[in-house]
Amino acid sequence: MKSLIFRTIAPVIVSVMILFSIFVLLRGHNEPGGGFIGGLIAVAALSIYGIAFGVETVRRAIVFHPLSIAGAGLLLATLSGLLSMVFHVPFMTGLWVYPVVLGEEIPLSSVMTFDIGVYLVVVGAVTSIALSLEERGED
Amino acid sequence: MNVTDLTFLALCLPFLGALVAPLLTRTLGHNAAWVLALIPAAIFVHFAGFTAEIAQGTAITGGYTWVPSFNVRFSWLIDGLSLSFILLISGIGALIVFYAGGYLKGHPHQGRFFSFLLMFMGSMLGLVASDSFLMLFIFWELTSITSFLLIGFDHHRDAARRAAFQALVVTGGGGLFLLAGLIVLWNISGVTQFSALMAFGPVVKASPLYLAALVLVLGGAFTKSAQFPFHFWLPNAMEAPTPVSAYLHSATMVKAGVYLLMRLNPVLGGTAEWQIILPAFGAATLVIGALLAVRQTDLKLMLAYTTMSSLGLLVMLTGFGSPYAIEAAVLYLVAHSLFKGALFMVAGIIDHETGTRDITRLGGLRVAMPLTFAIALAAAISMGGLPPFFGFLAKEEVYAALSSFDPRSIGFAILTVIGNALMFAVAFAVALKPFAGKTVATPKHAHEAPVLLWLGPAVLALAGLVAAALSTTVHTLFSTPMASAIAGEPRTVAISLIPHIGVPLALSGLTVVLGIALYVGLAQVRAAVASVLAWIGWGPDRGFDQAIRGLLRLSFAITRRLQNGRLDSYMTMTFVAIAVVLLVPPFVFGELALAPVFPSIPLHELAIMIIAVIGLFAVVLAKDRLTAIVSLGIQGFSVAVIFLLYGAPDLAFTQFMIETLAVVILALVMTRLKLSPSDHRPFRQTLPDAAIAIACGLGAGLLLLKVTQVPFNTALSDFFAQYSKTVAHGANIVNVIIVDFRGTDTLGEIAVVMIAGLAVLSLVRLRAGSMRRIADNDPDAEEAGR
Repeated sequence: MKSLIFRTIAPVIVSVMILFSIFVLLRGHNEPGGGFIGGLIAVAALSIYGIAFGVETVRRAIVFHPLSIAGAGLLLATLSGLLSMVFHVPFMTGLWVYPVVLGEEIPLSSVMTFDIGVYLVVVGAVTSIALSLEERGED
Repeated sequence: MNVTDLTFLALCLPFLGALVAPLLTRTLGHNAAWVLALIPAAIFVHFAGFTAEIAQGTAITGGYTWVPSFNVRFSWLIDGLSLSFILLISGIGALIVFYAGGYLKGHPHQGRFFSFLLMFMGSMLGLVASDSFLMLFIFWELTSITSFLLIGFDHHRDAARRAAFQALVVTGGGGLFLLAGLIVLWNISGVTQFSALMAFGPVVKASPLYLAALVLVLGGAFTKSAQFPFHFWLPNAMEAPTPVSAYLHSATMVKAGVYLLMRLNPVLGGTAEWQIILPAFGAATLVIGALLAVRQTDLKLMLAYTTMSSLGLLVMLTGFGSPYAIEAAVLYLVAHSLFKGALFMVAGIIDHETGTRDITRLGGLRVAMPLTFAIALAAAISMGGLPPFFGFLAKEEVYAALSSFDPRSIGFAILTVIGNALMFAVAFAVALKPFAGKTVATPKHAHEAPVLLWLGPAVLALAGLVAAALSTTVHTLFSTPMASAIAGEPRTVAISLIPHIGVPLALSGLTVVLGIALYVGLAQVRAAVASVLAWIGWGPDRGFDQAIRGLLRLSFAITRRLQNGRLDSYMTMTFVAIAVVLLVPPFVFGELALAPVFPSIPLHELAIMIIAVIGLFAVVLAKDRLTAIVSLGIQGFSVAVIFLLYGAPDLAFTQFMIETLAVVILALVMTRLKLSPSDHRPFRQTLPDAAIAIACGLGAGLLLLKVTQVPFNTALSDFFAQYSKTVAHGANIVNVIIVDFRGTDTLGEIAVVMIAGLAVLSLVRLRAGSMRRIADNDPDAEEAGR
């Protein structure tokens, strides 16, 4: 898109949105949010970036092929579920650790990595769809 | 290791052997046979150790729990019946491995062949050893699959592939009947094991489902044991290398159906249906098989059709129900395995050494192949039912079972004499014709066979003689326990080589005289049968092809109608189905929603609802597509705001994102597909589409209305509210459900999202013209194109 205003402001919006999407992802366990919503926000951000600067720029920016990101997410989610096997509890049982970093207790869990997996799958799959459509739209 | 573990190991051993066979053959060549034969030999020795115990009348069971929740066990039952089968399978198996070593010497895929053969052996052993229904079924189908692999071993040839496919369809399909039959038996009795089922004979016979169980079980048994009219796959299976024909299609696999009937005789047998259906099909198979055998000039095909008639005889005897019938079936089964295995291997030797197995092009081989001739003659004497071979005992017992003076016995006795006389003629046609007379020039110069080739048939032919000579011991150790297991009550087999003057001997004499007459006039009989067949002109083999072709045509017609490649017709079908599902049941069951009571709505909420409705009308009335897409977004955003106002922030949040992306993606699709900016569908097309859309919307609306009018069950929401924080450490119940309580569901869903992404990508990348049209699969067009 050739609009100067849009091109100027797009990077700011996009970075804020990506940051916000991660925030939404991580707060999801206790307040509205989660992997699905976070992922969708990130997709929206990437779409805006694509409309502003073209598909190639987005592909360069995210480094990996969108479907690789989705695949990695699916793998991460599956492994989060399989982790329970090591501890002899049923598949997908949530496992929690509470390490203390700089005097602050940080709850970490396999549930969280699972949610990150969901986030990555949504980002990857939907971005792949959007980008491939945009790409073909150009030629 | 205890006996249970050893038995389990023995049952697994062939499969382990199948793994190493290719490697072993690569290093040792055809001499790998000497090593691989140790596997069936070890199994034979292991199970032979049970003989004394079984002869006492006990049955050995053992096994492991497999699927405890369904009461399914991996368990075996070794009694007189299964022991005899196991010893035949492993004993003949060892000889076949030798034979295959010689027969396929130098074949590039000999290792693969050994592997398939051992896999089959393991499946067949498992089949006859099985105590649990499911295990029997699995091994049953495994024998079909391994048989498919072996028949199609020579997969370069069309005929071999067709025969393999046909055998798989017929026997594998029959296996499904068997499964259904076993499930019916399970349903009636509540047990899943044959050893337990034996006590339920009267219950099963009295059950209204008895006939269903019987027909289904027979569907399995008759297809496997090549009973008329399902026999056609067996002669076609002769496309397999001869070791396979000798092993699977005469000595073992085709007897699986007979085995099943024998196993279930105490449960299903003895009823009027049993005693009508089995002898009727058996006798028909006996006579038709023997007639078709006479028609052939190919050694293997002649033997294949006599195998079919022998199987008919066995089925007939199993169901006949007179004294001595079971005993006769036992003796004939053992005798047949010995002599038919030997004769097949002889046919293979002749083929291997001379290059032909057409009986009209063979003669005078007795000079070049004296040993093979002796083996063939010994086996043929047994097959013809002449002393001093085991076949004689079997035939005397068969006639003893049939020699009553009621019309039923007389009728079946006549049919049996005809069948046996024809088989007598074929036996000597196979064993005498190629060796007697003047020497005929053959494609290859005939030599005596190497040791690997003659060892197997020689042992089998000799076994027929030894078993007859030591008949008392054989009966005590094998025949009597086997007959008792089949009958479900103690039986004693006592027949010996010393003939007793009586009706059976007279029938035997008649058979021999008739057989010799047929042998002398074989050419005329063959011509007569051929002319009758030509007059009939149609057989089940052709019928099979027609059925398969019909199936292809049908599926093509259905596919072309349903999967026509037009997106709009898929959408129409889907939404019509949705509308029907949503609208029809409420009317049929009188579950329509009541008219809602409108609550007073605050002004700002009313305003948002009005925006949603305006958005909706804008979608429908918009002149160009882009406006419609954006209007759809407005409508969606309004709905999201409503969600937000009614306390569902997660839902609202997601809806906002979905609507945003939907607008973006739809707009992109529009440009991608280069659609014209506005919709130009004619009215006759928009009207039905609108009707379907309104029906779907109405249905969904009524359903939601109804949902709100039934009492709300709070069990789940209470559960999640109570445990979300305490168990899953999360305050956001929606998200805790997604990632924790129902995490496995979510895993499946994101997998679907991933696959959808892949699918869309490949669709977008598709180039027009590279697509294969569905119409290209038309079976008729393909035929015309050849």
